[in-house]
Amino acid sequence: MSKIRVLVGTKKGAFILTADGKRKDWKISGPHFAGWEMYHLKGSPADPNRIYASQTSGWFGQIIQRSDDGGKTWNTPGSSPEELKSDGGMPKGESNKFVYEGKVGKHLWYDGTQHPWEFKRIWHIEPSLTNPDVAYAGVEDAAIFKTTDGGKTWKELPGLRKAKGNLWQPGAGGMAVHTILLDPKNEKRIYVAISAGGCFRTDDGGKTWKPITRGLKSPYELPDPDAEVGHCVHRITLHPSKPDVLFMQKHWDVLRSDNAGDQWNEVSGNLPTDFGFPIDVNFNEPETIYVVPITSDSLHYPPEGKLRVYRSKTGGNEWEPLTKGMPQKDCYVNVLRDAMAVDQLDSCGVYFGTTGGQVYCSANGGNSWNAIVRDLPAVYSVEVQTLP
Amino acid sequence: MIRVVLPFHLRNLARVDGEVQLDVPAPVTIRAVLDKLEEHYPTLRGTIRDHGTLKRRAFVRFFVCKEDLSLEPPETLLPDEIVSGAEPFLIVGAMAGG
Repeated sequence: MSKIRVLVGTKKGAFILTADGKRKDWKISGPHFAGWEMYHLKGSPADPNRIYASQTSGWFGQIIQRSDDGGKTWNTPGSSPEELKSDGGMPKGESNKFVYEGKVGKHLWYDGTQHPWEFKRIWHIEPSLTNPDVAYAGVEDAAIFKTTDGGKTWKELPGLRKAKGNLWQPGAGGMAVHTILLDPKNEKRIYVAISAGGCFRTDDGGKTWKPITRGLKSPYELPDPDAEVGHCVHRITLHPSKPDVLFMQKHWDVLRSDNAGDQWNEVSGNLPTDFGFPIDVNFNEPETIYVVPITSDSLHYPPEGKLRVYRSKTGGNEWEPLTKGMPQKDCYVNVLRDAMAVDQLDSCGVYFGTTGGQVYCSANGGNSWNAIVRDLPAVYSVEVQTLP
Repeated sequence: MIRVVLPFHLRNLARVDGEVQLDVPAPVTIRAVLDKLEEHYPTLRGTIRDHGTLKRRAFVRFFVCKEDLSLEPPETLLPDEIVSGAEPFLIVGAMAGG
């Protein structure tokens, strides 16, 4: 029977939740890296035992961790005694060295001046679909880095910041590449999303990038609601069988694109509010999508204190609330952008974590939910591995 | 031997218990101690000072013989008590202020 491994990043450590395919009885391990902010953990599709993790701290900066045994043990990549000495005998230890390529450059600052890019942390790690030694890192201040040696060293793909990066401006939550999507049918095509920056695509493996924001409207956030960059894209997702179809949860509005982001159309339909953070697609049904409506940009909790996932089986516009097993009163948690994921079983499992420390699972596509765990630190990210 | 006390999270990261002891050749400066520390524990690189600039991270402090040397230049010579090992060089995570 298949096995499920859920990787949970929280404000105070990482947790690994495992169960068999029934998804009823869960084992919880952790906290791993106790006390550190764990922005994201993700396993390699090419080697599920390899897991990359972003470990960060306001005091001590960024650390990259890697497990090669499914999360049992962890090391900073390249940290064996042999690897830590360069030819000259000096220490290397460069797995957390994230230096922008070339002239650092500047972006728009809060006061209208230009401000130099400053590396702060990694929000998201996206392992290659085919090579376990290759992964991409989405960083704050917004940029994308790539490793080709299993995380020992990282190099920026500077073309992204040339896509009008001088006009990107941080929002209150910072300016980060928080979403990276790899096209499973075209290895040269990558999508990224940036808070208060927008959405971008490369078709040449990361050398050049272009904004893909036509159809996005931000009348309350931008002086020009149709601006090419600056839209606060919260999350994008795709189904591997139809990678040209993208779904987006923007600051406000849920949208879809049927042409790889060249044009977006709003599909918020009958949602009670179209503000929110995560969005995901059912593994078995490419037109079934999930969002978690949040009251507003000023009130980051569910409307009416009711925790509801909304599901559309029509690729948007027509939405139904999913409530069974979730609190329907006095609930004021949030669900962050990287905190929802799906598994790949026949009856698709849907998972999300909350800022209140609950991790919910639905083993039936959202029809009913159970809390796997209720009292973790605030959940930053949830990823799921479906193992043989 | 120079005695270095690391904060909790860096001890875990470096996988050490208690104090770290380093053989630092003269002249024993702040920079010389940090260089030797990172040489022995490369996973600490980037956590105490930035990779590129080698500037002290904002919320890391250096305490020496009840003095805060965090703002002193890296070339600052450390006192005899540190050089002799009578007193430890303290690397401290600054108070969060919460």
